[in-house]
Amino acid sequence: MTPRKPDQPLVEMRDVHKTFGRLEVLKGLSLNVMKREVICIIGPSGSGKSTLLRCVNALIPIDRGSILVEGQEVNDPKLDKLALRRKVGMVFQQYNLFPHKTALDNIMMAPIHVLKRDRREVEAQARALIRKVRLEGKEASYPGELSGGQQQRIAIARSLAMNPDIMLFDEVTAALDPETVKDVLVTIRQLAEEGMTCVIVTHEMGFAREVADQIYFTDKGVLVEHGRPKEFFANPRDPRTRQFLDQIL
Amino acid sequence: MTHTKGTGLPVLLPLQATAPRTAGLNLSAWHGVVLAGTLLFYAAAADAAAGPAVPSVAATIWKWTPLLAQGFALNIAISFLAMAIGTIAGVPLGLCQVSLLLPVRAPSWFTTQFFRNSPWLVLLFYCMLLLPFQIEIGGTTIPLPGWFKSTIGLSLPVMANVSELVRGAVRSIPFGQWEAAESLAYTRRQTLWLVILPQCVKRITPPWMNLYAILTTSTPLCAVVGVSEAMTLTGNILNAEGRTDLLIPMYLYLLLWFFAYCYPIARATIALEKRFQVQ
Repeated sequence: MTPRKPDQPLVEMRDVHKTFGRLEVLKGLSLNVMKREVICIIGPSGSGKSTLLRCVNALIPIDRGSILVEGQEVNDPKLDKLALRRKVGMVFQQYNLFPHKTALDNIMMAPIHVLKRDRREVEAQARALIRKVRLEGKEASYPGELSGGQQQRIAIARSLAMNPDIMLFDEVTAALDPETVKDVLVTIRQLAEEGMTCVIVTHEMGFAREVADQIYFTDKGVLVEHGRPKEFFANPRDPRTRQFLDQIL
Repeated sequence: MTHTKGTGLPVLLPLQATAPRTAGLNLSAWHGVVLAGTLLFYAAAADAAAGPAVPSVAATIWKWTPLLAQGFALNIAISFLAMAIGTIAGVPLGLCQVSLLLPVRAPSWFTTQFFRNSPWLVLLFYCMLLLPFQIEIGGTTIPLPGWFKSTIGLSLPVMANVSELVRGAVRSIPFGQWEAAESLAYTRRQTLWLVILPQCVKRITPPWMNLYAILTTSTPLCAVVGVSEAMTLTGNILNAEGRTDLLIPMYLYLLLWFFAYCYPIARATIALEKRFQVQ
């Protein structure tokens, strides 16, 4: 691994291609994420946003192109996937908490079994994380006993317990009841304000405008345009962006 | 995972396979009432036909009950042992079926399908005929009695069914669970043991109990290969008595024994299924 320059992006994607069967999902996408930067990826369903996220932590292998995470090539057969995933946290649309474990255990499992950290130290961190996502008192609850928004915040805490360098959010509010969306967004915004590098795939335009440093608009597997939120929403240049924003806003 | 709206991931939809259910016994209480009622009816009819000279059907059945109980104990012993052997062999076989390695997956799939689709009686005969009377280990001779050989024979289809239960349960866990564990840097082995299998236990327990009830009701098959279990003994008793009027009541009585044993298991299975569905 080559030493990183301070201005080098944390995630650097170059010409990423991915095909599922006959369906070409990513058609040469390139984007950079700098340290402490928050980027939001928006676009119509099926435009490859979720796939793109999953390529960053090697849940899905890419066909062509390059993804560098902290200078390490993800598209490398010799890649240590586990080492990569320890640095990249991910939160899913369906929360995917482990239903047979309590909220506290969900958060503690990976640091204990994957990072082999001391149980007591992990428990102290897990309790602190539960306070951070404002769910004190839910430590012993099972996921089935929590609302969607509560589950999602536990899922965020579970990822944070690994002390990742970057967090990926895959439409984390899309499956939630409207009244619980806000709690989750508040948690993510708090993370962003603390300087966590975040890549957020979302349909919440208001939230994206408020929290993002850069907005990326993807359509049919290509990056159509990107820019700072103010300019992006005020003067979208591409007709596809304008059409999408007209439909959604 | 209930829906995947808008993920844009057509090929990553969760596998919707559900744990395969073994054909159920579906015992209800009224089955027992019918059995007991029929038994009483036949006993009374037989007594009326035979007249006061011969001992009553009830008295005769009562006389033989201790012997029948001994035979039935052997049925239970065979069912316990066959279930234990079948489960101990079937769980690893099922795990091999979900292996990523084709050389592991293919033979375990074949073994499972072979024993799952063979008639139990044929397997029983094979074990009776192919296994030796005794085996010698380091100079000591260990006899292999018929009941033990037939237990092995019954444990083979149990093994295959357990294997299939494990495979089906693993496949029925939503794909998101694998993804979440992977994204937290779990190895495949850790994902399986810490996340997937603990969730499978709940799903497997009811069909596993059902399989046990089916196995128990299949233990009289051992009578065909000459094991002195309850079915064989009932035949012997009828020969000794030499009374045709006993034929139907005796077999009904045997049915009642099996019903009394299997019905609570069937009830417990249903109760567990309901409890697990709620959670």
